[in-house]
Amino acid sequence: MASMRDIKRRKGSIQSTQQITKAMKLVSTVKLQRAKQNAEKSGNYFHCMYDTVSSILKRTKNLDHKYLKSGASGKKAVIVITSNRGLAGGYNSNVVKLITRGELAEEDLAVYAIGKKGKEALQRQYEIKADYSDIIDEPVYVDAMAICKEVLEAFSKGEISEIYLAYTAFKNTVVHVPTLLKLLPVEINGEEAPEGSGEDAQSSRAPMNFEPEDEEALNLLIPKYITSLIYGGMIEAVASENGARMQAMDSATSNAEEMIDHLTLMYNRARQGSITQELTEIIAGANAIS
Amino acid sequence: MADNNLFTLRIITPDRVFYEGEASMVEFNTTEGEIGIYKQHVPTTVIVSPGILTITEEGGTKEAALHAGFAEILQDEVVILAEIIEWPGEIDAGRAEAAKERAEERLRSKTPETDVLRAETALQRALARIHVIK
Repeated sequence: MASMRDIKRRKGSIQSTQQITKAMKLVSTVKLQRAKQNAEKSGNYFHCMYDTVSSILKRTKNLDHKYLKSGASGKKAVIVITSNRGLAGGYNSNVVKLITRGELAEEDLAVYAIGKKGKEALQRQYEIKADYSDIIDEPVYVDAMAICKEVLEAFSKGEISEIYLAYTAFKNTVVHVPTLLKLLPVEINGEEAPEGSGEDAQSSRAPMNFEPEDEEALNLLIPKYITSLIYGGMIEAVASENGARMQAMDSATSNAEEMIDHLTLMYNRARQGSITQELTEIIAGANAIS
Repeated sequence: MADNNLFTLRIITPDRVFYEGEASMVEFNTTEGEIGIYKQHVPTTVIVSPGILTITEEGGTKEAALHAGFAEILQDEVVILAEIIEWPGEIDAGRAEAAKERAEERLRSKTPETDVLRAETALQRALARIHVIK
């Protein structure tokens, strides 16, 4: 059995780790709340955007537009949103797994990294085209616009033929789903109309006009659509990151609690053992004298 | 009767709901030119170009600088999805003034490499900001 002093030292170190994890949990809880509010606020915008773009695309099914078909080159771009900091459980590695395990071939993949952790994990295998890690700490819409502009330029030039977005969707505080989303070419299938009632109500009204005409409208709208998807992805990723970290730190804290309980028991046993031993020795000594 | 002229106006940005209320008229710039919308407009989707947004409510008018986005116009509702929009109080006058000069300078000293379109939008944006403050 370990000596009393060793056990005490071990216990002390676990206790201070527990204090750290507890503090981190509190911090990420607060951050999560803020991120959740942001995600809810931007959801509004995103839904309107999605409705409008899908209604345009539905009306113009046979349109031959550059954003609706994949380019000639086989290269694919992936925008990978992870966090800058670790200690968030499986949050970062789950996103990375989407890419390493997926159906995307290694050689023709260009990674646009948002978040240091994802970049570090992917840079050995894949080509990192660009790194926007600083912006994930506080995502603003202008950042999403800049990224969007860059990938769309590469797309228009024919350097890449498909664009994906890998991020963690935020369902609720405990459920986060790593998601791989195809941004370009835009695919909207008819089934994807969760709020069917709204759709029907709109089509029964007078038909929508577009000014400018469909094709030009698409030219202008699709970049905005992609930007909003990227922005939405960043906002949700931040919420998921904090949620994941909160969970990870919560379980770390309770694990530490368990270990401390166990060590306390061991310590008390060792203490009792040494007292008993001392007593036995004293009694034995007294007996020997008399 | 006055109530019947009102329609619901919602202006949504990526970060917040910028404006939500009843208006009798709303005016702004689109890629096809300046438009004003009353109730019972033909359903239309338009793309916003930089300019001044004027909301006419029952109590008076409100102005804001609207820079990018698009608008969905229905008969009794208008939704503007604005990428960038600012109330007069949120605009930094000095920065707008500087941006205006920069854009004008770029247009004056035109070289083949100058991105004229970009300079023009920047100028439009700066002018809209300056106008709204005044």
